[in-house]
Amino acid sequence: MLRYILQKLALIVPTVIGITIAAFAFIRLLPGDPILAMAGQHGITPERYEILKEQFGFNLPIWQQYFNYVGGVLHGDFGISVATKRPVMTEFLTLFPATVELATVAMILAIALGIPAGIFAAVKRGSWFDQVTMGVALTGYSMPIFWWGLLLIIFFSGYLGWTPVSGRIALNFFLKPITGFMTIDSLLYGNWPAFVSSLRYLILPSIALATIPLAVIARQTRSAMLEVLGEEYVRTARAKGLSPRRVVGLHAFRNALIPVVTTIGLQVGTLMAGAILTETIFSWPGIGKWMIDSISKRDYVVVQSGLLLIALIVMAVNLIVDVLYAVINPRIRVQ
Amino acid sequence: MKKLMQGMMLAVATLAVCAGAAQAKQLVFCSEASPAHFDPGPTTGGNDFDASSRTIYNRLVEFKHGGTDVEPGLAESWDISDDGLTYTFHLRAGVKFQTTSYFTPTRDFNADDVIFSFERQWKTDNAYYNYLEGISWDYFQGMDMPKFLKSIEKVDDLTVKMTLNEPNAPMIANLGMDFASIMSKEYADQLAAAGTKELLASQPIGTGPFEFVDYQTDAVIRYKAFPDYWAGKVAIDDLIFAITTDPAVRVQKLKAGECDIMDYPNPADIADLQADTNLTVAEQEGLNIGYMSYNTTIAPMDNVAVRKALNMAINKKAIIDAVYQGAGQVAVNLIPPTMWSYDKDIVDDAYDPAAAKAALEAAGVKDLTIDLWAMPVSRPYNPNAARVAELIQADWAAVGVKANIVTYEWTEYRELGKAKDRPGAFQIGWTGDNGDPDNFFATLFSCSAIGVSNYSSWCNDDFEKLIQDAKKTSDQAERTKLYEQAQVVFKEQAPALTLAHSKVFMPMNKRVSGFTMDPLGIHRFDNVDVTE
Amino acid sequence: MTDSRTIVTRRPPSALGEFWHYFAMNKGAVVGLVVFVLLVIVALFAPWIAPYSPDQQFRDSLLTPPVWEAGGKAAFLLGTDPVGRDMLSRLIHGSRYSLFIGLVVVVLSLFSGIILGALAGYFRGWVDALIMRVMDIILAFPSLLLALVLVSILGPGLFNAMLAIAVVLQPHFARLTRAAVMAEKNREYVTSAKMAGAGHMRLILVTILPNCVGPLIVQATLSFSNAILEAAALGFLGLGAQPPTPEWGTMLATAREFILRAPWVVTFPGLAILVTVLAINLVGDGLRDALDPKLKRS
Repeated sequence: MLRYILQKLALIVPTVIGITIAAFAFIRLLPGDPILAMAGQHGITPERYEILKEQFGFNLPIWQQYFNYVGGVLHGDFGISVATKRPVMTEFLTLFPATVELATVAMILAIALGIPAGIFAAVKRGSWFDQVTMGVALTGYSMPIFWWGLLLIIFFSGYLGWTPVSGRIALNFFLKPITGFMTIDSLLYGNWPAFVSSLRYLILPSIALATIPLAVIARQTRSAMLEVLGEEYVRTARAKGLSPRRVVGLHAFRNALIPVVTTIGLQVGTLMAGAILTETIFSWPGIGKWMIDSISKRDYVVVQSGLLLIALIVMAVNLIVDVLYAVINPRIRVQ
Repeated sequence: MKKLMQGMMLAVATLAVCAGAAQAKQLVFCSEASPAHFDPGPTTGGNDFDASSRTIYNRLVEFKHGGTDVEPGLAESWDISDDGLTYTFHLRAGVKFQTTSYFTPTRDFNADDVIFSFERQWKTDNAYYNYLEGISWDYFQGMDMPKFLKSIEKVDDLTVKMTLNEPNAPMIANLGMDFASIMSKEYADQLAAAGTKELLASQPIGTGPFEFVDYQTDAVIRYKAFPDYWAGKVAIDDLIFAITTDPAVRVQKLKAGECDIMDYPNPADIADLQADTNLTVAEQEGLNIGYMSYNTTIAPMDNVAVRKALNMAINKKAIIDAVYQGAGQVAVNLIPPTMWSYDKDIVDDAYDPAAAKAALEAAGVKDLTIDLWAMPVSRPYNPNAARVAELIQADWAAVGVKANIVTYEWTEYRELGKAKDRPGAFQIGWTGDNGDPDNFFATLFSCSAIGVSNYSSWCNDDFEKLIQDAKKTSDQAERTKLYEQAQVVFKEQAPALTLAHSKVFMPMNKRVSGFTMDPLGIHRFDNVDVTE
Repeated sequence: MTDSRTIVTRRPPSALGEFWHYFAMNKGAVVGLVVFVLLVIVALFAPWIAPYSPDQQFRDSLLTPPVWEAGGKAAFLLGTDPVGRDMLSRLIHGSRYSLFIGLVVVVLSLFSGIILGALAGYFRGWVDALIMRVMDIILAFPSLLLALVLVSILGPGLFNAMLAIAVVLQPHFARLTRAAVMAEKNREYVTSAKMAGAGHMRLILVTILPNCVGPLIVQATLSFSNAILEAAALGFLGLGAQPPTPEWGTMLATAREFILRAPWVVTFPGLAILVTVLAINLVGDGLRDALDPKLKRS
């Protein structure tokens, strides 16, 4: 097992180096001048321009800029945001929990609804339940979520008034962050109303964000189940007179789980992409919105380090999924 | 075990801070954007100023609520020498700086604070000149302070003398601007000694109506009333900025009661907001201009007749209806009608496609193709430049002029646009900094602004003389006359299409009272009260 | 996917017949196909079908509601937009852009993906390592984020958006092709072709590739709908097609401010995107059923 993990890690090293180069190169290629981007409607004097250029190291040869950057990153220094003058890492750490919280709730929603829906659809193949579920799932999968999010706000918050419009918690609750997760922090403070409030604020954005993963998981579970239900040993188990529930629950589901776990792992990247749109629409203070804002503000340092950090996280999650996959399915390790 | 858990829970619960407690008056402002940080010196955005200079800080002079006239602030009075070169400020006594969890002042506000507040932006050897990575003192530079300032000296604890190199009529107005906010030198020194100068921007201390409590990045800023505010504690206790970037979502939040007041609604939503019985919508003419600069050095737009013809071909009224949704008015002059020296006798080029076509033919212009620039961002003076471009494109097509719509990323857009040899017609605009006409005329169309912010590359001797003369005198009647003449020249020469002055709206819950609209686009909450 | 060979190597009529048989069993797929064909017809004949030019501005009819709502006009079935253009005409012309985007992106990413994947799978060694690491890097970034950055670099616009999306989507094709090529490479029929003196190019293009067509087609359909969604998302964020282009995502973005006052300018483009993407995905499902023999059996 350890060997397997080490092998995987060795494969990742060149990719990580490639990612640093890519993130670094993208930013140099962006049009617009990072220093001018800092100036307001009055512009900036040429003398000041030169001084700033030197301060940010933009006057150095490109390869030296790269090595300075990577050197900093290795020491945990991801640079200082051009806009806010705060370390990128500090900003990342304050915003990241919001994204994780939203993504986690969305993922729980997607798994909790998607897997049972997929199993039932497979077991009752061809029934109206199967057809409706799969129809809904495919619609969800085809949904432009920026539009979907807006519709959710208009209907549930605007028209029905059931859910709050945007934000993370009602503003009369003021909790100094401990973990940065509103739900967990409110429980740590023992503030029950705050916890309820934070959940209410999570409802709409997590529905919007969960839509696509939910559809994918339901569909994947169904087809994995169908495949397994058709296999020899399940038929044997059935023939042996095991109750259908045991067949489905014990034999089929465990084996169907393997591709489903992979699918869930692969959804992490999708979630990050979805978070960009969802957070923008719901004013959710997470890293997706942070990246969009930084791209439009031309905050080069944030875009560069944000890209790097996000890519590293996606890779780390994929690695964990790979390992989990190997745990569930020992055959993989041998290959 | 259970008891222990309960005990722990209780202990944790007591740690919890709940701001919504016992009849504290709370005002929630749904604001458009996060501030970069809380130092008004190097920042430039209205959202930055709302969050720092107008809540936490004061200046020597203040703009009156709802206007651009100045009134005493931290300076109770001031004298200006006859030659206009020496300003003596008499400071208010007994003004306290805020006491917070991170700073306890030991002395009242005095002349040292004033001198520090300017020198940090001016003297390159000041410890704070470079205290954040890559900062520049945009407004201090932009208002030409280094050029005008000769010295700032302390006469005594409550008297400051400011000497200028040459007279500058707008100086007092400039000192009411956000960059001139007064910081605590004691606090700055304390931070410098601790080696944490950067905290000046994230843990601000001022003399203003509100003190800073907390900022959750990109989400919420919290303030509470400063109990020892020199003008008396303000009516509300807690002020909260809920940062909500999407205007449609801000409207929803306001309607749902999640916030009490919001800025920059979509023009499209105004009618609906006005119809809502729980809300009032305050409105005011903005101190701004949306315009479109022709490059006057490139044929055929070097010809006044062609520029005039192009202007006549454009149906400005239709643009106001479709883009500003009626929340604006056709701009006849460069300055808005609310500004002093506005010349209301000037007649705009009338919309007349037939005459425009004839004029173009008379000028020998055929098959003209023009680059029509559209800003990629929404600004108060032009909420949707792309839509304006689509409309102008259709209008010009009617007189046989073809327009290519061009757009770039916002900083690049401005960079390319200000180049002397930029082709075409360039949409841009301006929001006044201090209510002085000089801030429009000289900033945007003086000869020295070519390549900087004179997007028409237009240098007219008559116009230039008028606006330079107007700068040298403090006599407002005389200045008014000079600026009126400048507007006549501007209209004759048509270096640009003056498109619109927008209206600014501020929808709020009916329980909010005392809010005044500010022509400079600043949001101030010190006079605001709420009923529960 | 090795079994897909059987489909292709059989006599053509029966292969097609079998394909249609399995495809038609999926009713959703047939519905999707019908909708898709209709869309293609609408796109091809847009100038003749649409009542007006998509750019014609009716200045006296700004934001007219759809005909069934109070204030609607029969002249504008689905209402007009903020500068008085007919929504229906714009939506009809918009179908051209969406289908065009899907097509171009799929062609671009399919070709580059196949070439890179085939090279990697066939030659292995450092070529493989290099290509696949680059693909890993592309896949490590969330697709929309990467597309956003790429478009920011190239500058906003329809063509650049398509290019960026193609870059983001092509690793999937490369991976598929590589896996298929590796699986097929050492099979007898390939070895014998090699013995017969076939060159590298011939081996890859003529002998091996036709045998991985099935999964590639399925992936191509998926990419088609993904491309439309991503282009719309880029348009929504202001970086896709630029106004006055009647691209649906861009229409949605520029009309977003009217979501409360004039919901139709926001609803219809979104609906158009959803219907198109759904139709293509339905077809994709049917294709997978018909081309993936493993599921066929169950």
